[in-house]
Amino acid sequence: MANFSTNEFKAGLKIMQDGEPCVILENEMVKPGKGQAFSRVRIRKLLSGKVVEKTFKSGDSVEGADVVDVELAYLYSDGEFWHFMNNETFEQIAADEAAVADNLKWLVEQDVCTITLWNGKPINVAPPNFVELEITETDPGLKGDTAGTGGKPATLSTGAVVRVPLFVQTGEVIKVDTRSGEYVSRVK
Amino acid sequence: MPSKYWQPCASWQAMQERADMQRCIRAFFASRGVLEVETPLLARAGVTDVHLHNAITRLQGPGMPTPTDFYLQTSPEYAMKRMLAAGSGAIFQLCKVVRDDEISRRHNPEFTLLEWYRPGFDDLQLMAELDELMQVLLQTMPAQTITYQDAFMQCIGVDPLAPNSKSAVLDALNTAGFGDAVSVDDHLDTLLQLAMSMLVEPNLGQERPCFVSHFPASQAALARIDKDDARVSRRFELFYQGLELANGFWELTDAKQQRARFVADNEKRVELGLPQQPIDEAFLAALEHGLPDCSGVAVGVDRLLMLKLGTRDIADVLAFPVQRA
Repeated sequence: MANFSTNEFKAGLKIMQDGEPCVILENEMVKPGKGQAFSRVRIRKLLSGKVVEKTFKSGDSVEGADVVDVELAYLYSDGEFWHFMNNETFEQIAADEAAVADNLKWLVEQDVCTITLWNGKPINVAPPNFVELEITETDPGLKGDTAGTGGKPATLSTGAVVRVPLFVQTGEVIKVDTRSGEYVSRVK
Repeated sequence: MPSKYWQPCASWQAMQERADMQRCIRAFFASRGVLEVETPLLARAGVTDVHLHNAITRLQGPGMPTPTDFYLQTSPEYAMKRMLAAGSGAIFQLCKVVRDDEISRRHNPEFTLLEWYRPGFDDLQLMAELDELMQVLLQTMPAQTITYQDAFMQCIGVDPLAPNSKSAVLDALNTAGFGDAVSVDDHLDTLLQLAMSMLVEPNLGQERPCFVSHFPASQAALARIDKDDARVSRRFELFYQGLELANGFWELTDAKQQRARFVADNEKRVELGLPQQPIDEAFLAALEHGLPDCSGVAVGVDRLLMLKLGTRDIADVLAFPVQRA
């Protein structure tokens, strides 16, 4: 993998730090008028998700990380792995629990997810921003409630629990924002 | 650069403030009998300074048939000192300078410097005059002054001038989470510069402008060494609200010492794998002829405007920052 000098640093660049692939979130040069320049970099570690700050001397270079995002459709889970397929090449790939993590509750068959590969191995699975899921269980709500001020919890077919307005009932399909985990609307 | 970025970055208010500030600066010096001068942006020599990088361009023309490298000046210092040596008296200049490899929210490769020289002034007198200018331009409270040594002692509890200060500075950097960029193999000045930027400077000049005086002799640049304490130089800087605004010297007038510093810079450049720089012989000849005892200071005008407008991004005070130039 190529090395990157500090002048190539920018948000989104993938580099190796502490043996872990990381993405640069923010990079700022700090330089006294007559002194050594440094790059102060905020990075997110892609395996642990931790955000840390690092300092580099300007001109130093770091190893790049072979990290790419691919769009793959979710097929099924065999309990140990979650299987995805490239809809064009039909190539399949399996992600383990660490890669899927909390997002397993947003995986809907046939939905196209963004899979992050490090050296070809899935390290993160990002569901679409919006998914449609059926409510399998929720308390019957009061008739006439339209504002949904308080709402009530609803369990979805994947096991996810979201707050929904009182008028939404078991068996209905709803649209959820996976980034916030919030109810968006009913799906007709 | 996509053509959709044809418009200026700075607001019309910012451009008005720039015009007003330049007028104000000129009036300030006119009333004190300091002459406005102009010196070349392009010269046959640049600086040897290890951490300053000249942009270089190539010129040719009648009488100069061979394309010749010219250095865009990082400050008008050498040329202004040649004027002083020739008997100009007090002079100031408002000009564009260029420093390669400096782009950030506080840096644009070309920027505006205000630089002036006062024959007969020592560093303290010049700091007082800069303080008055700050009060006129930014309505600041009178500045405070702290020595470099005291600033370090107060902010990180380390004496930068102590013989064994290196490990203490490194410890302070490591504790604060800035140690990953440096090691015990680095020069003490590199560690001090990082500590200054990250740990000391953020504590200085929040309420009122703060001068840091008596920089270590190893960071003297073009300042004279203090005659009572050879560990320090008569170099100062000005900080205000998180920005480094000015750098000044009670000037070194000794041509031999100046040449030795240029040579030492070039040796350090070799160590660091940087190209050596031609030494400005015209400047050294002026020093040999005799530079009057004087102090001089350079002030970043764009940063003054950032403070005036309350912005943290230099692009807000530039019509066309480098990204749109």
